Amino acid sequence: MTRVIRCLIYRDLLVAWRRRSDVAVTLLFFVIVVSLFPLGVGPEPELLRQIAPGVIWVAALLSSLLALGRLFEADHADGTLEQLALGAAPLGVVVSAKALAHWLVSGLPLVAIAPLLALQYDLPGGLYGVLALSLLLGTPVLSMIGAIGAALTLGLRGAGVLLALLVLPLFVPVLILGAGAVEMAAAGVGGHGQLLLLGAMLVVAAALAPWASAAALRISLE
Amino acid sequence: MKWFWYASPQTFLPLAGTIARWCALAAALLTAAGLYIGFVVAPTDAQQGEVYRIIFIHVPAAWMSMFLYLVMAFWAALGLALNTRLSAMMAAALAPTGALFTFIALWTGSLWGKPTWGTYWVWDARLTSELILLFLYLGFIALRAAIDDPRRADRAAGVLAIVGVVNVPIIYYSVQWWNTLHQGASVSFTRAPTMAATMLAGMIVMAAAFWMYSIAVSLFRLRCMIRESA
Amino acid sequence: MLEAADLACERGGRALFHGLNFSLASGELLRIGGANGSGKTSLLRILCGLLTPSAGEVRWQGQAIRSLAEEYSRSLVHIGHAAGLKDELTAAENLAIACTLAGVSRDGAGDALARFGIPGEKPVKQLSQGQRRRAALARLALSQNVPLWLLDEPFAALDAAAISLVEELIRGHAGRGGAVVFSAHQDSGLQETRLIQL
Repeated sequence: MTRVIRCLIYRDLLVAWRRRSDVAVTLLFFVIVVSLFPLGVGPEPELLRQIAPGVIWVAALLSSLLALGRLFEADHADGTLEQLALGAAPLGVVVSAKALAHWLVSGLPLVAIAPLLALQYDLPGGLYGVLALSLLLGTPVLSMIGAIGAALTLGLRGAGVLLALLVLPLFVPVLILGAGAVEMAAAGVGGHGQLLLLGAMLVVAAALAPWASAAALRISLE
Repeated sequence: MKWFWYASPQTFLPLAGTIARWCALAAALLTAAGLYIGFVVAPTDAQQGEVYRIIFIHVPAAWMSMFLYLVMAFWAALGLALNTRLSAMMAAALAPTGALFTFIALWTGSLWGKPTWGTYWVWDARLTSELILLFLYLGFIALRAAIDDPRRADRAAGVLAIVGVVNVPIIYYSVQWWNTLHQGASVSFTRAPTMAATMLAGMIVMAAAFWMYSIAVSLFRLRCMIRESA
Repeated sequence: MLEAADLACERGGRALFHGLNFSLASGELLRIGGANGSGKTSLLRILCGLLTPSAGEVRWQGQAIRSLAEEYSRSLVHIGHAAGLKDELTAAENLAIACTLAGVSRDGAGDALARFGIPGEKPVKQLSQGQRRRAALARLALSQNVPLWLLDEPFAALDAAAISLVEELIRGHAGRGGAVVFSAHQDSGLQETRLIQL
């Protein structure tokens, strides 16, 4: 079964590489959204420093949401999703592998770029690590919960907007903990508690979410 | 077993009608009683004056909104497990009523907020959780509406309801924590006026009234759905 | 090997078929015939386990496929309407990956592609419709050890040479003891033992 998992991740990464522009566009969206807020609220440095964690986290949320459209739709359209459902590995494992590959392509770059964007907001020095770590723990959770929504809305008209309505309420705890970790660190209290909770969420999501996504996929494939 | 006989939508139709009519009557009586207790019998609050009386609608509505989500998720899960059409239809019939109570809780909360705290909306932990609960209800309704095939709609909405129910406590506690991080102990509806016995009685009677109303309306809606699908 | 007991299918409120029974032993071929929209694809998907029938069950080696899950999926190859190929990858890459994902050995992939006359090194999006169809069917040449083949309109959009190649593969598979269920509008050049008309 590990052969199947590695092959699937390799395949998804290869396809993403050959469609680099799609991936780059989602990343660009993240950058643009973060850059929009100062234009809306004014360039006052103290205000920007305060809203930085929240803004970057919301932008990460929206980018993840946008990227979810690529998780299952393409495979569903060309028939490879059905083949995966009939393959040698259980559907839950298939979903986990796809979510991992998806995160490597859409989530991990966010983690890498976020500190650069935080520079735009003049985030105090010690907070970059917490910000990156919170995103590192949180974005996989977003991918996995998002996968459930993507599986439920597979092939529907208006799937993109419906996906947002379904999945954003479920993203709220991750947003609160992620941004909260940085804010706690900024207040001098340290964000360890929130980061630990995010880690716990990651573990629980990794255990339960693929199972729900697989059930949703089977329902959508009928 | 008798239960499975009633699991057929057509057999349940007349029974649903009977139950709905009795519950509607009970709802009317209990509402009258509850409003009487709330607006006539209960004493004026020392700090908030007469305005606090909206609590007799706000709190039972909030209780109902959360309770109905649980019930909806229960029926949806049953529908998935036993593959019975009626269970899934029951979940779908409950959703709009649940959303309505969530909206009422938010609206009365807002009306309470203006005279008491000066603003129409405060990011109180409970109100914020209610807002997210409203989105969860609307998501359930939207997903059902977006899927044409009734079987896929039933089952997809079922999975969504279960995922939602698992997440509701997580959302609730994270919003609680967020509230303490940002606002401290300032605005909170949890700090309700100290409960005189009559006030509690009034809220419980109204809660029972809303419960009877929910059953009646959901069953009437269910009857419409059964007739449409026949 | 494969048994269908009292199958019924309902799609979009319409009852497509009901009370369908058949059994398939090894070495047998079964053609599903019927007009467009009669439920051929739905029946094949029910046999795969992708679609739940509204009544009845499908049994593999005596056990219901509901309870077999992966064990059953590993014993079958399903080639549906969609090609099942990633546009961005080459035909060779697609075939190799498809084999690994299905748990089948990928030896002879190059030969299979050559037999079907498909350039292995071009991305699938640059292939013609007919070439794509043949690339999808090339999997069959590597699925000799998979007992059950479920093919949805395998002869559609193929030229005469490709059709006879596919017929040869099907005949060979049946000869080795496999079973093949395929849907087709018209008679093919194979002597099927059974026809189900929907």
